[in-house]
Amino acid sequence: MDETAERRTLSVLVENEPGVLARVIGLFSGRGYNIESLTVAEVEHDKRLSRINLVTSGSPMVIEQIKAQLDRLVPIHKVSDLGHEGPYIERELALIKVVATGEKRVESLRIADIFRAHVVDSEIDSFVFEMTGKGGKIDAFIRLMTPLGLTEISRTGVVAIARGKESI
Amino acid sequence: MTSAAEDRPPAELTGAELVVRTLVDLGVEVVFGYPGGAVLPIYDAIFKQNELRHILVRHEQGAVHAAEGYARSTGKVGTVLVTSGPGATNSVTGLTDALMDSIPVVCLTGQVPTHMIGNDAFQEADTIGITRPCTKHNYLIKDIDELCSTIREAFYIAAAGRPGPVVVDLPKDVVMARAPYENGASPGNGLAHPSYRPRREPDADAVRRTVELMARAKRPLFYAGGGVINSGPEAAASLAALVRRTGFPITNTLMGLGCYPGNDPQFLGMLGMHGTYEANMAMAECDLMIAVGARFDDRVTGRLADFSRGSTKVQIDIDPSSINKNVPVDVAMVGDAGLALDALAAGWEARGAGSDAGALAAWWKQLEAWRGRDCLRYRNSSTTIKPQYALQRLHEATKGRDVYFTTEVGQHQMWAAQFLKFDEPNRWMTSGGLGTMGYGFPAAMGVQVAHPDSLVIDIAGEASLLMVIQELSTMVQYRLPVKTFLLNNEYMGMVRQWQEFFHGGRYAESYMDSLPDFVKLAESFGATGLRAQRPEEVDGVIEAMIETPGPVIADILVDKEENVYPMIPAGAAHYEMKLGPEHGDLEERSEDGMVLV
Ligand SMILES: Cc1ncc(C[n+]2csc(CCOP(=O)(O)OP(=O)(O)O)c2C)c(N)n1
Ligand SMILES: [Mg+2]
Repeated sequence: MDETAERRTLSVLVENEPGVLARVIGLFSGRGYNIESLTVAEVEHDKRLSRINLVTSGSPMVIEQIKAQLDRLVPIHKVSDLGHEGPYIERELALIKVVATGEKRVESLRIADIFRAHVVDSEIDSFVFEMTGKGGKIDAFIRLMTPLGLTEISRTGVVAIARGKESI
Repeated sequence: MTSAAEDRPPAELTGAELVVRTLVDLGVEVVFGYPGGAVLPIYDAIFKQNELRHILVRHEQGAVHAAEGYARSTGKVGTVLVTSGPGATNSVTGLTDALMDSIPVVCLTGQVPTHMIGNDAFQEADTIGITRPCTKHNYLIKDIDELCSTIREAFYIAAAGRPGPVVVDLPKDVVMARAPYENGASPGNGLAHPSYRPRREPDADAVRRTVELMARAKRPLFYAGGGVINSGPEAAASLAALVRRTGFPITNTLMGLGCYPGNDPQFLGMLGMHGTYEANMAMAECDLMIAVGARFDDRVTGRLADFSRGSTKVQIDIDPSSINKNVPVDVAMVGDAGLALDALAAGWEARGAGSDAGALAAWWKQLEAWRGRDCLRYRNSSTTIKPQYALQRLHEATKGRDVYFTTEVGQHQMWAAQFLKFDEPNRWMTSGGLGTMGYGFPAAMGVQVAHPDSLVIDIAGEASLLMVIQELSTMVQYRLPVKTFLLNNEYMGMVRQWQEFFHGGRYAESYMDSLPDFVKLAESFGATGLRAQRPEEVDGVIEAMIETPGPVIADILVDKEENVYPMIPAGAAHYEMKLGPEHGDLEERSEDGMVLV
């Protein structure tokens, strides 16, 4: 990747119809764009709208291309470049399994508390923690949990929304 | 009082009948197709009526190219009907071709019944998956209630904004179900599309800035492409008016030929890899470039880092993704080419100042000097037919006539682009983006269907023609008098040329061994074959080709080793153009260009 590459979070409103995700992913793979993370879920049932949150990176010219290419897909209603349009909030949810006993188990609980992660499953020798936050916070949590017996990670990828009263 | 007839529910038609009815109501006159199990109900419905004409091609690729030829020569959407599985996969090349060249085509594909989809049923293919990247959009219809409105929407999408191919996949149970005909408001029928609404009106500020740049430019240049043709003949007229009014020079892309009169003195010819010296030098040296419906293709720009470095660039395009894609521009104008050109013309008149006359005169002096190099000059022969000579004679014999040209892909295509001159849009149909050998012959068929009384000529190479020769049978069946002007060099000439230049003259697999006798081949189909072997026979054969009724293949045996010049080797800059032996440039042999396409 060239040095001018920037990371961007795009929110894309799409018609909730079969194949629309394949169109988006096919566009990225066919044109060689990066996808760092991608989430999708229906957001307005009555209007049949889903929202795709997409984190990508590229030079400013490539980012503009990505937006234009997305925008011309027929079932896409709106492409919004969150960082470009103003302040926004980005969150991710992670489920993290730690298998440990004794001192390590206690330590994992303490760290979870500091990170405001919740225990959503507990066995005598394991925990599943749930946490939400920015990607970096989850990365840090994972780093600390690794030596304590982290065995499995499941992450949603980024969801994002603009701050303030404006909506996309 | 309500009559008994009004009380009755509306008559139900089969899905197949609904398809036909919808097409007819959309104004479709002809569909190019090929039957098979999954579409037999639709063929049955076609059989029972006579408003919609069907042309039976001999290969589904030909159906799509024919629809492209129809579309490009009329400005309407071309329509195709093929069966599931192999019918659909055979159409993929045509669809990709239409996507690359922005040609509006709707392709109806049969599909196995909905309950069998995903079961590897007989002649099942994931048509939606396969065609997703080679169509502008595609639809799988699972419910007969969506059949009519989806087909209408498909026609809207194919034609709106930047045109392209659209596939509608029709499972057999849907076309056999029954429902009343429905012609309510929907996209393509009065209602705005919920998400696809391309912008047509140019931004007023971009127009104003462009007019300002035009007034100040010392070395301006218009660079116009297929987008002008897609916008319609009015756009071409607007372009011609603006170019003449400003006195600026203009060059065309391969796709744009005909959008500006080819014989006009302000026309510098085609640009790009095999474009004219004056056009490419003008691109390299201009200080203002106004791109209209042209997409800065790599065959046009050459090495990007050295592409027209000193110019301010304005780009007009209806597709925002074409802007700033390869080349960053200074003014981006999203909108319809015709509307944008009209807005520029109005702005130009309103400003009233005109251009910098002194600078423009100096610029024209330079352009004329470049033109004086006579870059298309070639050494003629009294014993061998030079392909350029054959095309010049063809141009002489056809100019002023109601004539349409298509081409295959290769050297003959480039010579045709260089030596034929088009004074109107929609008269020149060639595969620009995909470079599909086998395009021109079936495309000519589609052109001839649309213009039964016009002269339609496919400029062909023998290798290309052999990819699609079976369509001669279609031409004979429907009495489509397409004339094929076959520049037969017994080589995949363009491949041979690259091997000569970049692969040490090792002609791997580019010699066309065991060629058929094209005269006898034509005759075996019930068509006419003619042959010219010597320069003095060319005129006679051209005349006979034009005068002979029905389809004709004129086998013109041309110089086997002629090369196309000028040439900007792939990845080189415009100013590194090779003019060829006639101009003292030695034929280069190097391995440098090998990695570049
Ligand atoms: C379907 C397809 N396959 C391969 C090519 C690569 N190719 C480009 S030009 C060419 C040779 C064309 O030969 P011919 O039709 O005889 O034309 P000529 O160059 O000799 O005029 C080939 C093989 C192509 N463009 N299209
Ligand atoms: Mg050849």
